Amino acid sequence: MSTVSNSRTKPKATEERLEEIRESARREAPPPPPDIALNIATGALKPEQTGYYGLPLLKPPTWTWEVPLYFFLGGISGMSACIAFAALVFGAPTNLIRFALWMGLIGASICPALLIADLGRPLRFLNMLRVFKWQSAMSMGSWILVGFSGCVFVAVVGIELVARGYTYPVVTVALWGGAAAAALTGLLLASYTGVLLGATANPVWNQNRKLLPAHFLTSGLGGAVGILELAGFLVPATQILGFVTSGIETGIEILLTVRKGVADKPLHHGVSGRTLRVAGMLEGPVALLIRAIWHAEPWGRYAAASCFLLGALMSRYAWIWAGRESSHDAATLFALERGKKA
Amino acid sequence: MPTTAFLTDATICIGCKACEVACKEWNEVPEDGYLWTGLSYDNTKALGASTWRHVLFLEQPVASGPHLADTDNPFRWVFFSDVCKHCVHSGCLEACPTGSIVRTEFGGVFVQKDICNGCGYCVVSCPFGVIDKRFHDDGRAFKCTFCYDRQKVGLMPACATACPTQSIQFGELDELRERGKNRVAELKARGYGDAQLYNPTETSVGGIHSMSVILGEPEAYNLPPAPEVPTSYLKSAWTSALVSAAILMAIVLAAFAIRL
Repeated sequence: MSTVSNSRTKPKATEERLEEIRESARREAPPPPPDIALNIATGALKPEQTGYYGLPLLKPPTWTWEVPLYFFLGGISGMSACIAFAALVFGAPTNLIRFALWMGLIGASICPALLIADLGRPLRFLNMLRVFKWQSAMSMGSWILVGFSGCVFVAVVGIELVARGYTYPVVTVALWGGAAAAALTGLLLASYTGVLLGATANPVWNQNRKLLPAHFLTSGLGGAVGILELAGFLVPATQILGFVTSGIETGIEILLTVRKGVADKPLHHGVSGRTLRVAGMLEGPVALLIRAIWHAEPWGRYAAASCFLLGALMSRYAWIWAGRESSHDAATLFALERGKKA
Repeated sequence: MPTTAFLTDATICIGCKACEVACKEWNEVPEDGYLWTGLSYDNTKALGASTWRHVLFLEQPVASGPHLADTDNPFRWVFFSDVCKHCVHSGCLEACPTGSIVRTEFGGVFVQKDICNGCGYCVVSCPFGVIDKRFHDDGRAFKCTFCYDRQKVGLMPACATACPTQSIQFGELDELRERGKNRVAELKARGYGDAQLYNPTETSVGGIHSMSVILGEPEAYNLPPAPEVPTSYLKSAWTSALVSAAILMAIVLAAFAIRL
């Protein structure tokens, strides 16, 4: 079949021209969304395709950069109050107790600012204290943060008065009562964030609901120890706690590598997976080895502390990013729910 | 007050999107982006902060059912209007730290927009991916109100009122549940072997107040086959938190006891 072409008129709509249009459309059309298997014959989805055009079922977390940073600082503040209490109980130098309590108070002052900045309506932050709900980890967290701030404030006032030579019974009660209560609420502050993520509809978070609180607590303790060491408190207790926390983190790193969870894909792949891997190495084996090899050198302890702190910060971001990835993956959600049903 | 419900029937829906339009107009919901997705006639993709009714367009190469079953390329075009499920055990309601999300006297789940401070915890707590934060202009979380204002004065929700085919039915929960079961039985008798009533009662969600009659598996509609209310994970998460906390506190005390 020959094509009579006339340069002065539009090209005729021949079969070849239609073929050309089809080809150019195929070349220039945007690619179909990922995970969509199109049946070329009918243009329809293949029967084995599950889901709705591969679109996400869940909504991604809406939290911005402030929230993972809060997880990091809240963990450190809470666990530094625990260190202060233990130091108080066993008669450690006052300057260590003082530093640890101030760390708790400063952290507790920054945390609400971060959380308020993340709200869609920051001026309504006081609505967080409108109800007290056991069911809501977010509500419990708000009350825990308020309680911790109050307790650690009382303890700081106590230690400052003691340091200035005031030894009235009321001051002693304030210091001891405040420090004990700050240690208790501090433990909750460092761990509830794991519960907060664990009790959501997000697969990678709720499938790791037992791991997350343990990891966040350990990470918070190691972070608090790291800041104390960097501030020059190179006492045996911080050395022991440095070994223990990076040891536990090494164990968690091994567990995550060995275990094959259905929803674990974002913990191993993509930006979240790579960040979490580096974070886990820094908090775990790297910090542990540096501390073990150069345990007698101050710079060895500084290096181990710095690695742990960096790993702890990265890990919080990685877990939030993993949640974002997980919310996009409807296929895994279906597999998980079907597996549960069967 | 009787507990009210939706029964949305995918086998009657004609994909006209009158429900989407009626919902937008009545509730004054802003636009949700003018996008061409290329996914059949669906240009809103999912429920969200500004999409409270969402009509899905499923293109299925399925031979079952009377529709075009005898052609060389068996094809089924299914339409379905999705909406907030108004769960019996509602993830968003239980997660809300401000008490903004409440249950109405009609059994619906309602966000009080004068209280919501946009914390975003409901967004990750909905196992159906319904509620979302409206980012650019507002910052608060929004979803279907079950037309609480209309129900208050005895009117049907806007979407059910506007539906031209009675695909969206509104009524008392118990009655609609029966109607749904009967409809599925009727469809099966007519050759739609894969018709089913979507109402997850056997999981911790404990059933929903907007049930649907669908053809095929829930996955094809991006409906979770076995959704769990996230508060069911609280016990094991808190147990781990408290056990770990006790162990770490003991370690911290021991560290100071040993060497100082």
